[in-house]
Amino acid sequence: MCRSSDLRQAVLARNDDSAALLRSELAARGTVAVNLLSSPGSGKTALLEGELAAARERGVPVAALTADLATENDARRLARTGVPVQQILTGGLCHLEAVMLRGYLAGWLPPGTRVLFLENVGNLVCPAVYDLGESLRVTLASVTEGEDKPLKYPTAFGLAQVVLVTKTDLAAAVGFDEEAFLENVARVNPGVEVVFTSARDGRGTGALLERALAVQEGAVPHRPVLARTPEPAPAPVPVSAVGRVPTVHEHAHAHTHDHPAHGHDHAHTHDHTPHDHDHRHDHGSAAGAPHPHGAPVVDPL
Amino acid sequence: MHEMSIAAAVVEQVADAAVRHGATAVATVRLEVGELAGVVPEALAFCFALACAGTVLEGAALETLGVAALARCGPCAVEWRPGMPPDLLCPRCGGPDAVLLTGRELRVREVEWAGTVPSAPAPPS
Ligand SMILES: [Zn+2]
Repeated sequence: MCRSSDLRQAVLARNDDSAALLRSELAARGTVAVNLLSSPGSGKTALLEGELAAARERGVPVAALTADLATENDARRLARTGVPVQQILTGGLCHLEAVMLRGYLAGWLPPGTRVLFLENVGNLVCPAVYDLGESLRVTLASVTEGEDKPLKYPTAFGLAQVVLVTKTDLAAAVGFDEEAFLENVARVNPGVEVVFTSARDGRGTGALLERALAVQEGAVPHRPVLARTPEPAPAPVPVSAVGRVPTVHEHAHAHTHDHPAHGHDHAHTHDHTPHDHDHRHDHGSAAGAPHPHGAPVVDPL
Repeated sequence: MHEMSIAAAVVEQVADAAVRHGATAVATVRLEVGELAGVVPEALAFCFALACAGTVLEGAALETLGVAALARCGPCAVEWRPGMPPDLLCPRCGGPDAVLLTGRELRVREVEWAGTVPSAPAPPS
């Protein structure tokens, strides 16, 4: 009576699909989203105030969306910069998800916005797992949190495209060991840029805006090792085959087996026994492809 | 506690698959969880039981298949287990150009159906 199905289906497929769709929608509008991750109290709102003010001074159209468990204080602070700010009260949810975010952006994000800052819920665990359609992911740590923060939260720091240190004016007072911090960052995310800032003395203010604008103008952001998967370069997908070609992303995770200590040149091309190919696998690479699978309907951006 | 959201996503996917397969009950869900997936299996197991309540998965067992991380350096092709917290700098050349071969999986691998299963799977949707 018992039968089994080989699903091989990414648990976060729906979020990842929504994120990919959102990223392409934002790109079509010339907007780059920056996903900011941090612990509570790491100075994210103060940092963002500085970046928004810098954007306003330079006449760069930006917007900010801030996610909070329950209060609107952050949004009020940020709105004082005169930049469009949207508050999401997550009602206890510990992270933003792409579907939710798309819904909030629809009808709100002002046309012509070049950079959209997403202040994620203050938490370095849960938000790290969810792609929001950002083109630049930034993880913050204040000097008061200690040098080993990157080792305690390897997913958040390992997936960052920029690591940003806040409150550096306090570094001496709290005995922050900058060298040890940099070593720890390099261990979980070799090659990532680390930017030092202080909202109090203005150090590094505007640096984040500059990084985001560079990406908006076509610079390729850092690719963390943790985000690098072993598949070959994606081949162009013949139009006639779009419906059945699995995405590169899916297949990057599709084959897990013990790796013996020999070469792996063909290790990821083995054995495609027929299995339950859910159709969510099939359209991730086609920007704006219709979602046959019941993603919540929201107005197009 | 994003494990609750993840458990809900698993339940939703398996419930969808159950409809496609005409299954009325689920015996076991096998989930691959990479060492670096950012998910705590114990928390997930706890949330899974809650998320199954009142669905076709009610009473289903969750089997978590841990997947160890394995990295390979691009330039020198050496492979190593980065461990936890991961050390992703190449142990041979010290370079930053590795690729993660395994370790971030978060996938429903397989489902064992229980209850009434018709001989032929139901057509999709
Ligand atoms: Zn090497």
